[in-house]
Amino acid sequence: MSWKPPSDPVNTKNKPIKVSQLCELCHCRKAILKRPKNLQKICKECFFHVFETEIHNTIVTNNLFYPGERVAVGASGGKDSTVLAHIMKLLNERYNYGIDITLLSVDEGIVGYRDDSLATVKRNQKQYGLPLEIVSFKELYNWTMDEIVATAGIRNSCTYCGVFRRQSLDRGAQKLKIHHVITGHNADDMAETVLMNILRGDVARLEKSTAIITQSSGSPIKRSKPFKYSYQKEIVLYAHYKKLDYFSTECTYAPEAFRGTARELMKNLEAVRPSCIIDIIHSGENLVLKEKEQRFKKLGPGEDPLTVNSGFIDGNRCERCNYLSSNKICKACMLLEGLEKNRAAITLEKDSSVDGAARVMRTLEHLSF
Amino acid sequence: MVKLRVEFLGGLDVVFNKQRTYDLDIPSSGAFTIKDLLDYLVDKMIDNPKDVEVFIEDGTVRPGIITLINDADWELEGELEYEIEDGDVISFTSTLHGG
Ligand code: SF4
Ligand SMILES: [Zn+2]
Ligand SMILES: [Zn+2]
Repeated sequence: MSWKPPSDPVNTKNKPIKVSQLCELCHCRKAILKRPKNLQKICKECFFHVFETEIHNTIVTNNLFYPGERVAVGASGGKDSTVLAHIMKLLNERYNYGIDITLLSVDEGIVGYRDDSLATVKRNQKQYGLPLEIVSFKELYNWTMDEIVATAGIRNSCTYCGVFRRQSLDRGAQKLKIHHVITGHNADDMAETVLMNILRGDVARLEKSTAIITQSSGSPIKRSKPFKYSYQKEIVLYAHYKKLDYFSTECTYAPEAFRGTARELMKNLEAVRPSCIIDIIHSGENLVLKEKEQRFKKLGPGEDPLTVNSGFIDGNRCERCNYLSSNKICKACMLLEGLEKNRAAITLEKDSSVDGAARVMRTLEHLSF
Repeated sequence: MVKLRVEFLGGLDVVFNKQRTYDLDIPSSGAFTIKDLLDYLVDKMIDNPKDVEVFIEDGTVRPGIITLINDADWELEGELEYEIEDGDVISFTSTLHGG
């Protein structure tokens, strides 16, 4: 698939620029955007400079990298990870971080979506001259997302996809002996997640959701989000003005409904008050839970200790696949077990002529899953 | 008559016949604003009426879609009131698709 950049419109008529249209930073070029963060009107050149510098500052103040560190960019071919790969290469060269960058992609096996976006990642690999590693659901779990949806239905597709993708990225990094995965999650994503956790009353996750670096204790792999403070709008504009090659088709399987609603809400809020994205993150950062001990409530009469104190137990490993897990069996293996049962049932149904009763039984089995 | 180019980026092309760029000659007498352009696009260029809400909400471009007039954010150009001139490039980019 070839790629054609968008056009590069210039002022065709050389209309004189009014003073009020000038960039508020350099005062010499025409402003082309109003920053959502602070409503400052700035020109293209100044935009590139402040956008890149702010990310550099985020990296430095949070000590995201150390010299010699090997880092994998979780690359999907979408706008965020494409800009991330571009920016990381640029900043690493400009400021001598001394890090070694690899692109790491997950192939979920979604025909018409992931195959096309992987083609974009492969072009990015050439454009940026970075090594690329692709891990696939099929090779790791022997299931493609298309097969999973055919078996388990479309409704929970994102649950499966999310659990398997997270693990796949870790496994891919481990294979490459890389201990740090960076992702393109931006301020909008983070605000959306904070909002969702608040709406769901998921206090335990709220605290983790604004962290720029996350690492489960015992896990060899840490994750970080250099775009934590970058607005989606600015990332898209950056990609547009720099003519970066990214993929923007929607996944065939509808995204999680609740997240979609939260996103809509965020976008509407942003239209009225652009700073609200950073404000929500700020609120999330300051909603800190009390000390851990106090979180473990005393048991009341007749209360089940498991449901009351369902805090995470870090450092445990899954009995089946040895992946880090707070339970005996990790989420991915649980999901796989359910899938395998259904695959068996479906195959049976296909190749034997079943009578009515047996068919009803299998339909029931299918339903209980 | 006004001659302009429109671009549908960031996945928006799906509601415009999967084509990203159109060069348009739109008959008009007097000022032709972005508002007029939106009406034209909805009337003439979105085939499936169900797709209109992907692009338009409450009479304006849906939040989450960036509108650029000659590469400048339309917020700096008067938004719906901007009067389109010959040779202008208007682009719409979705920030909602893909990730
Ligand atoms: S929308 Fe859901 S199914 Fe599609 S890639 Fe994203 S998480 Fe996977
Ligand atoms: Zn400037
Ligand atoms: Zn497991």
